[in-house]
Amino acid sequence: MNAASGTASAPFVRQLLGRSDYAIISEIVEPNTRVLDLGCGDGELLQWLAERKKCDARGIEISSSRVQRAIARGVSVYQGDIDEALLDYPDSAFDYIILSQTLQETKEPLKVLRQMLRVGRNAVVAFPNFGHWSVRLAHLFSGRAPKTKLFPYNWYDSPNIHYLTVHDFEELARQENWNVERRIFLAGKHTGTLWPNLMAETAVFLIRK
Amino acid sequence: MTVETKQVRFPSVSLDSGATIAPVDVAYQTYGQLNAQRSNAILVLHAFSGDAHAAGIDDSGKPGWWDNMIGPGKAFDTNIYYVICSNVLGGCRGTTGPSSINPETGRPYAMAFPVITIGDMARVQKMLIDHLGIERLLSVSGGSMGGMQALEWSVAYPDSVVSAIPIASTPRHSAQQIAFNEVGRQAIMADPDWENGEYYGKKPPARGLAVARMVGHITYMSDDSMREKFGRRLRDKEQFGYNFSSVDFEVESYLRYRGTQFVDRFDANSYLYITKAMDYFDVANGYGSLAAAMERSTARFLVISFTSDWLYPSYQSQEVVRALRSRNRDVAYCELASNYGHDAFLVDVGEQTELVRGFLASSLRERAHA
Repeated sequence: MNAASGTASAPFVRQLLGRSDYAIISEIVEPNTRVLDLGCGDGELLQWLAERKKCDARGIEISSSRVQRAIARGVSVYQGDIDEALLDYPDSAFDYIILSQTLQETKEPLKVLRQMLRVGRNAVVAFPNFGHWSVRLAHLFSGRAPKTKLFPYNWYDSPNIHYLTVHDFEELARQENWNVERRIFLAGKHTGTLWPNLMAETAVFLIRK
Repeated sequence: MTVETKQVRFPSVSLDSGATIAPVDVAYQTYGQLNAQRSNAILVLHAFSGDAHAAGIDDSGKPGWWDNMIGPGKAFDTNIYYVICSNVLGGCRGTTGPSSINPETGRPYAMAFPVITIGDMARVQKMLIDHLGIERLLSVSGGSMGGMQALEWSVAYPDSVVSAIPIASTPRHSAQQIAFNEVGRQAIMADPDWENGEYYGKKPPARGLAVARMVGHITYMSDDSMREKFGRRLRDKEQFGYNFSSVDFEVESYLRYRGTQFVDRFDANSYLYITKAMDYFDVANGYGSLAAAMERSTARFLVISFTSDWLYPSYQSQEVVRALRSRNRDVAYCELASNYGHDAFLVDVGEQTELVRGFLASSLRERAHA
């Protein structure tokens, strides 16, 4: 692994991109690889990967205004729906397919994950952990659909349609025979491994078939 | 400073149909400076009724058809890029077409002009680019028929194209697009003044050509833009005229104005030939499938379509995008929101500018590293 891409770069990346899951992902992705980011937003992570790690970095994004900003910064992004867009690609077209904070918004998450592992040699999946203690407490004490820092929406306007926890994802990976190459759990700015299903706000998995 | 149209003559060109045109004149304009590495050249391709005058002001004081996109600090920034635009083969603005003199007869070709294709247009443009000493174009770009030429270039001359920007365009003409073109052609040919195309030096088929143009203008706008621009407003009157001798509605007046104005600057036979070339266009021709055709290209693509464009709807641009994706080619795509219909690529250029600017800058960077 390139020295610059070790954990030492994580705080720097976080400063640059403002998102700790991006920091972890940019650390996972090896230099000079082909990367596809699903739901890439403004293309910030892709631009960073292209410039710093010389990746062939591309993205898919549904929002026209975000696609515009991404293309304006020179990233090859196209407007489309994640649930369908992957179907067109040939097998193993990319080294990494990234799905950051979007799995819970897809219509058919399992199909998307299977497609990711068809089109990419590796899949990097980051998602907010529905098992986090704050979610459990919010539900227990309010008796209503949990509304927390991680899941800030009202039940009627939330883009999240498939909630999952760290344990749920691990179980799915076993069931589908995916190899979990790495698992990283984030809480605030810290990474940790203690009781991740309870303590992790965001989970990042690197999986392979 | 006014821009100047230059002309170059080539001995001949062989066409897709098997025919030959000899000689071939090509009218073109250039903007900006070619750099020492000859790596900053961009070929801009005009739409159906356009010409070589894409930017700047000509000696009659008229701005170019894409002057809002080409110039210092604009999307195609002439402080950075060397931009070339030529009139298409079959045109009537300086490049050889049906109104040019047939050397065999000493009279205009008229209908003796061979039928041409988008591929033939690109072939002539390639001769021009070779003549200018440019091996690889940083980009080929255009809207509508210009987008078809950009696609053709990327597939026919893959080694000569670093990037391509087809806008509001299609990989092939659809039945609806052919149908509108056929209405235009029939309007011209039904005009008694057309005389099987032999009207040069006489009265041109002005009424037929004007009707053809009126149909065209309807397809370039959208329901929204027409409602906004004209609504049901009457022209210079408070009440209906209850006759057919005067114009009632603003929209009628606009179409008539556009129709008659077109007659002054466009040749009816060029209308026939160029629309035919568009109708024949299918970039997959000869390659088996669209994906197989696009696989030939090594260019990066920026594909743009507009929400209200019903003449070249987004699904056609998306077909190109999907074909490129299926062969893992580098493609960016955005459907821009606009009410202007097909005209959007000419008039609604704010967001388009940001896309093109960013895309070209990254293409230039990539080329420098390659």
